[in-house]
Amino acid sequence: MTEHDVRLTVNGVPRTARVPARRLLSDCLRHDLGLTGTHVGCEHGVCGACTVLVDGLPMRSCLLFAVSVDGAEVTTVEGCRAPDGGLGPVQQAFQDCHGLQCGFCTPGFVTTVTAYLRDHPDPTPEQAREAVGGNLCRCTGYQNIVASVLRAAEITGDGQP
Amino acid sequence: MKPPAFTYHRPQTLPEALDVLAQVGSDGKVLAGGQSLVPLLNMRLAAPAHLVDINRLAELAYVRATQEVVRVGALARHADTERDTAAYRVLPLLRQATAHVAHQTVRNRGTTVGSIAHADPAGELPGVLALLDGGVEVASAAGRRTVGAAEFFVGPLESALRPGELAVEAVFPVPPARSGTAWTEVSRRHGDYALCGVGVLVTLDEDLRIATARAAYISVGATPVRVELTEAVADRAYDAADWAAAGALARAAVEPDDDIHATAAYRRHLVGVLTERAGRAAVLSAVGGVGEGGE
Repeated sequence: MTEHDVRLTVNGVPRTARVPARRLLSDCLRHDLGLTGTHVGCEHGVCGACTVLVDGLPMRSCLLFAVSVDGAEVTTVEGCRAPDGGLGPVQQAFQDCHGLQCGFCTPGFVTTVTAYLRDHPDPTPEQAREAVGGNLCRCTGYQNIVASVLRAAEITGDGQP
Repeated sequence: MKPPAFTYHRPQTLPEALDVLAQVGSDGKVLAGGQSLVPLLNMRLAAPAHLVDINRLAELAYVRATQEVVRVGALARHADTERDTAAYRVLPLLRQATAHVAHQTVRNRGTTVGSIAHADPAGELPGVLALLDGGVEVASAAGRRTVGAAEFFVGPLESALRPGELAVEAVFPVPPARSGTAWTEVSRRHGDYALCGVGVLVTLDEDLRIATARAAYISVGATPVRVELTEAVADRAYDAADWAAAGALARAAVEPDDDIHATAAYRRHLVGVLTERAGRAAVLSAVGGVGEGGE
């Protein structure tokens, strides 16, 4: 099988991998680059757990071939940390509001919400709910996740928790 | 699951892409946004030997709006079409319908033209193209042709595209002055496939009476279903039209199937209800447009 060299900037770090064309970006991140923060749920674009930012926009990494995004900048949940390595604002908000239980879906929420708040820093509860409409969680019932989005907006707006 | 193996091609220009498509013929599939194709691959429902990735063809990443027509290139993402203010000004239906396509995350990657080429009878954009009587610009190594919406959608996931062809542009005609549109649908959850979706286009005459009305329905047939509603609502003042009669006319015109999501009877019921809802909204948008100076 022909393999392809892929160059990505992941969380600010230039990375390379040699992959078959059929390698999904989700698997490239996890298996080739060792970044297991990105979780793979349904693998057909429904659950949102694998969401990463590609050139700043949230996308399903299970619906992208790594070779097709050669040259892109990718941000995974590992890249949503605070500069000092602690919890980033969205992660902190999910902890504050108990926005997760098992945590499997959380990486997809954190990346999606990070991108959303960048463009919509002060969402209403309805907008916060719509913002996470493409992500499934089977534990929380979503109330605490919506609260987490609003809390994350507060933290980001204040510049401190 | 993981997609089956394939040979990957990444042309840098349109002529190069058409050459590759000509070489691979019926063994090849075009990869644009991949938001419909990659799930099919991951579920092993499709196994093309060659994928021709058109994501480097920046020349096809455009939305161009004039007073007469909106042209959307093959690499314009749903999000580009949805956001485009010039297109929204002349053809708000594009944004109204695109907002119902899955979720933002999918719209960031999936393309307007890809959704049309995929020819899913539940797809919003095929419905919009059918409602407006638009067309698809198709290119191949042998030349170009334009295919009208009525001929383009052949069956479920089946379009008039032939092996070696690339849908390079969707062409959405702008309705005449004093027109209004609306899109509405019912789905289990927002962003899911519609159980039934409808777009309505209404055009008023100079006395604000309804001159023409038509609708296009998705998820109730093998292709988008267009129904002329003029006879049910024409020649009445804009606020006195009998949209219930239009709904009844549409219910009689569609032939939905049962599936695991809804019965045929329920889908037919939705056709009637949504026709009324979208019809009234389209009239309001037509009147609003007149109030703003007729555009």
